[in-house]
Amino acid sequence: MRVELRLFATLRDSLPPENRGVERLELTEDSTVDDVINQLQLPRDQIAVIMINGKKVALDTVLKDNDRLGIFPPVGGG
Amino acid sequence: MKIYRVNLTKGEVKTEDVPEKYAALGGRGLTSQIIADEVNPTCNPIGPNNKLVVAPGLLSGTMAPSSGRLSVGTKSPLTGGIKESNSGGTVSQKLAKLGIKAIILEGQAPDDKFYFLKVTKDGVDLEPADDLVGKGNYDVMAELQDEYGDDSCVMSIGQAGEYRLQSASIAVTDPEGRPTRHCGRGGTGAVMGSKGVKAVVIDDTDAPGVTLADKDRFKTAARDFSKILLGHPVCGEGLPAYGTAVLVNILNEAGGLPTKNFSRGRFEGVEKISGETMAETIEARGGKTTHACHPGCVMRCSQIYHDKDGEYLTGGFEYETIWGFGANAEIDDLDAIATMDRLCDDIGIDTIEMCGTIGVAMEAGIIEFGDAEGAIGLLKEVKEGTPLGRIIGSGAGFTGKTFGVTRVPVVKNQTIPAYDPRAVKGVGVTYATSTMGADHTAGYAVTANILDVGGTVNPLGKEGQVDLSRDLQIATAAVDSTGLCLFVAFAVLDEEEALPKVVEMLNAQYGLELTVEDVPKLGMSILKAEREFNIKAGFSSADDRLPEFFETEECPPHNTKFDITPEELDEVYNFSMKSITSSR
Repeated sequence: MRVELRLFATLRDSLPPENRGVERLELTEDSTVDDVINQLQLPRDQIAVIMINGKKVALDTVLKDNDRLGIFPPVGGG
Repeated sequence: MKIYRVNLTKGEVKTEDVPEKYAALGGRGLTSQIIADEVNPTCNPIGPNNKLVVAPGLLSGTMAPSSGRLSVGTKSPLTGGIKESNSGGTVSQKLAKLGIKAIILEGQAPDDKFYFLKVTKDGVDLEPADDLVGKGNYDVMAELQDEYGDDSCVMSIGQAGEYRLQSASIAVTDPEGRPTRHCGRGGTGAVMGSKGVKAVVIDDTDAPGVTLADKDRFKTAARDFSKILLGHPVCGEGLPAYGTAVLVNILNEAGGLPTKNFSRGRFEGVEKISGETMAETIEARGGKTTHACHPGCVMRCSQIYHDKDGEYLTGGFEYETIWGFGANAEIDDLDAIATMDRLCDDIGIDTIEMCGTIGVAMEAGIIEFGDAEGAIGLLKEVKEGTPLGRIIGSGAGFTGKTFGVTRVPVVKNQTIPAYDPRAVKGVGVTYATSTMGADHTAGYAVTANILDVGGTVNPLGKEGQVDLSRDLQIATAAVDSTGLCLFVAFAVLDEEEALPKVVEMLNAQYGLELTVEDVPKLGMSILKAEREFNIKAGFSSADDRLPEFFETEECPPHNTKFDITPEELDEVYNFSMKSITSSR
C-alpha cells in the first residue's frame, strides 16, 4: 500500500532537502506508524504529534492505503 | 510606585500614590480594574469619558525571564466592551524601572490637537506633536528616538489612530526601535488618537529600578524559572527556531487553517507560506530567525525578515498575520504578506483585524481572492484615509455590513483569528465567550486540541472543550497580569514546578505570601470584573456566540460544524472550586 509521509520542522532533516518534508512510501499491509518511524530511523525523542488524515493518532495505529501521515516535533506559538 | 494621570482636556498631569487595592495588581489585572472602577460602561469609546490605561506587568523590569509584557486597557471602540491589549517590546520594562504602576489618559485634547507624552525619572510632560501628525509609526519612532536617544522607547499611533478607526493599534518599539510590536486588538489606537495623543516617549535614564523585597530569593526563583523555560521543548527549542509561524503547517495538517474567508481548513499554497519556508527565506537573505521582542526574553520567538534585496522589510512576523494575509486571502506569496505586515505596523492597524477584513472584502468582490496587489492597495487606502480605506480600517464586521456579506468571522465585532472553530473547538469556545471578543490568546485551547501541550482534548469533539477553555481563560487573565509572556504557559501547563516559581518571584518581589491557589483566584476575579463591565455596557449571553455560519456550514476536510450548544457555552462562566484546582 502507498502512504504519503509529511514531516515538519526539524524532522525534515531526515529527508533530502528537495523533498520539502514529503515522501511517498510503499509499505506492507498492516504497517503501523511505529514501523514507518523505524524504517526511516526518525529521531523518536523529537516526535510530539502524529496525525493521519488530519486526526491525531498513537504510534501503534495501523496505516491504510492512501493515508496521509503527518509527524511533528514539539511546536507552539499563538 | 506611582500612577500618572494625564488629563488631555485640561492639559495637566497629576502624580498619584498607588491605592492599597491596586498594590498587588499589574498588567491586565490593573488595567481592567481601573477601567471597571473609573469608566462608565456606556460611554462613547472615542469620546472624552473613556480612558486609556497603560500598565507594565507585575514582574516587568526585573530579571524574571520573558517578563516584559505591557497591558493597555480601555473600553474598546471595536467591541464596545472592555479591552486589554497586550504587547511585547521595550516599554513595559522601562515604565517599571521608572517606578510607574500605570499611566491613565483621560479627557480629550481640545481643537483636534495632538500631543506626545515625555516620560522620564522626573515625571510626565505633555509636548505638542504637530511635527508628528500624519506620519506612520516608523517615522514617528525614528524621529522621537533621534531626539531623545536610541535608548528611549516609544508607544505611538499611525494614521489609523489619528482617524480613530476601530482597528487602530498602538505600536510599541522593539529593541531596534522599530514599531513591530503592537497592542493590536480592539482599536486601542483609536482611543489614544481620540485623546489627542500621538505618542509616548519613555527615557529611563537614571531610573530607580524595581525594588525587590528579597533579592536573593527572587534571583533563585527567576533562575529556576528560566531553566524550566529553556528545558521545555516548545519554549526552549521550537519557538526560538521557527517563531510562531511553525503553526502554519500543523494547523493546515489538522484541517484548522481557515482558508478563503473561513470556507475550508486547508490551503493548497501552504508550503510557500509555512514557518519552515519562512525560516529558510530569512536565513538565505541575512535576516534573523531568532530575535527577542524585549531584553531578557529566553524564548525569542520574534524574527527580522529581509526582502529579496537583503534589506530590512519587517519584524515580529507572526503566524496569525501569515495565516490571514496568506491562506485566508489565498495569497501564497510570503514577500507580499510581509509587505502587508509592514504596512499594518506603519499605519498602526491590527494585522488580525485586517486579515479578517481583507477576507471579507474579497468575499464581497472588492478584490479577488489571491490578489496580493489588491490587498496591499486596500491597506494603502487605510493610510490615505479614503472612504473605502476608512471602511476597511473599521474592521471585518463593519466591512461585512457595508457590502452585504454574511460570512463574516467576528465575535463581539472582533475578527476570529487563525484557528477554525469547527476544527479546533476548544478555541471556538474561547472565541465565543471571551470578554475580549474573538481572541485566541484569551484561552489558547490550541494547546491541548492540537499541540498536545497541557494534556490532549480531541479538537473535533465536544467533550472537555468548555472546561479546557474556562481553565485557560482563568489562567491567562492571571498570566497577563504578571508581565510574563503568555508563551510561558507551554511550560507552565506541562511542568508542575513552573507555577510555584512564578508565585515565588511575586512573593520575593512584593513581600507577599501568595500560594499557587491564589493564581486562579486572581484570574477569576479579573474575568468577573471584565464581564460585569460588559454586561453594564449592554452585552448578554447572546453575545457569547459564534457567527451563525459556523453552525450551518461544514469546514472541509473534516466537514465538521461548530456544535457546542448555547447552554454549554454559558457554562464557561460557571466558576467553581473545580476551576481553582484544575487550572494552572
